Amino acid sequence: MELNQRDLRLIAAIQHGLPLSPRPYAEVGERIGLSEQEVIARIRALQARGVIKRFGVVVRHHECGYGANAMVVWDVPNGDVDEVGRRFARFPFVTLCYRRPRRPPEWPYNLYTMIHGRDRAHVLAQLAGLIEKTGAQAIAHRVLFSKRRFKQRGAQYVPPETARAPAPLKQAAG
Amino acid sequence: MNALEKRLLNEFQRDFPLSSTPYADIAKRVGASETEVLEALARLTASGAVSRVGPVIRPHSIGVSTLAAMRVPPERLPEIAALVSEYPEVNHNYEREHEVNLWFVLAAPTKQRLRQVLSDIERRARLAVLDLPLLADYHIDLGFEIKWS
Repeated sequence: MELNQRDLRLIAAIQHGLPLSPRPYAEVGERIGLSEQEVIARIRALQARGVIKRFGVVVRHHECGYGANAMVVWDVPNGDVDEVGRRFARFPFVTLCYRRPRRPPEWPYNLYTMIHGRDRAHVLAQLAGLIEKTGAQAIAHRVLFSKRRFKQRGAQYVPPETARAPAPLKQAAG
Repeated sequence: MNALEKRLLNEFQRDFPLSSTPYADIAKRVGASETEVLEALARLTASGAVSRVGPVIRPHSIGVSTLAAMRVPPERLPEIAALVSEYPEVNHNYEREHEVNLWFVLAAPTKQRLRQVLSDIERRARLAVLDLPLLADYHIDLGFEIKWS
């Protein structure tokens, strides 16, 4: 998707969060040389184009009492993966559902679902329900609970230096 | 977690006000003052419950990203995890219960830069990296309802 320099500057300025101050959009605009209304209009347009999937409070599940997080990987026949993926994605506790390439022989799995729960038993019960309701008993899967978290932060899609306002144009003399 | 914090966590994951004074608008909706809302969000950010108030970008709409995994001998895990976390392109880095035990997500402006980081990690760690880019996304992330019970 083609984004212009202003959009990229805007994303660079907000990718790690809006300021927690009364006029956050004005503040962001000031940093990158846009008006408050232009910042708001561009965020709206990026949402409408689907570049921004959602805009708001991004929570960390672990810190909110959802201590168990399992990546469940599935080995789905290639012809069925889109249908199975869409079916799995309908469950509210499935927070992500992606197709990725197999890397045989080490890694035969091609469908990924992320399931969050209060504890392991909760996650496993949700998974058992999903398998039963979708008739997925025959699909080989592995449950990879997370253990140590070494790093977690929002993705940085645009290098931070992009957030600087462009140098002002020189006024023509006279 | 007080009642205001719980509402801020659950009710504003999407449709965050795009107005001049979003925090004052939220305050009106939840029956608090703007200062209370700002202070609560600052507390939630400091405690780590909130990662940010901001955008969730659709994968591959800007730059490129991938999920990568490594089979790391358990005794080398702290060392290799630290090496991987060094890269600003790495945003999540987890140990998971499997022989393929280190999982991380990378995002970068270009595919070339992503490749460069992956091969750099392989070379420095002297371990193979599985590159598992996204092929299809079946789930639109509309946030996640936290049940407090």
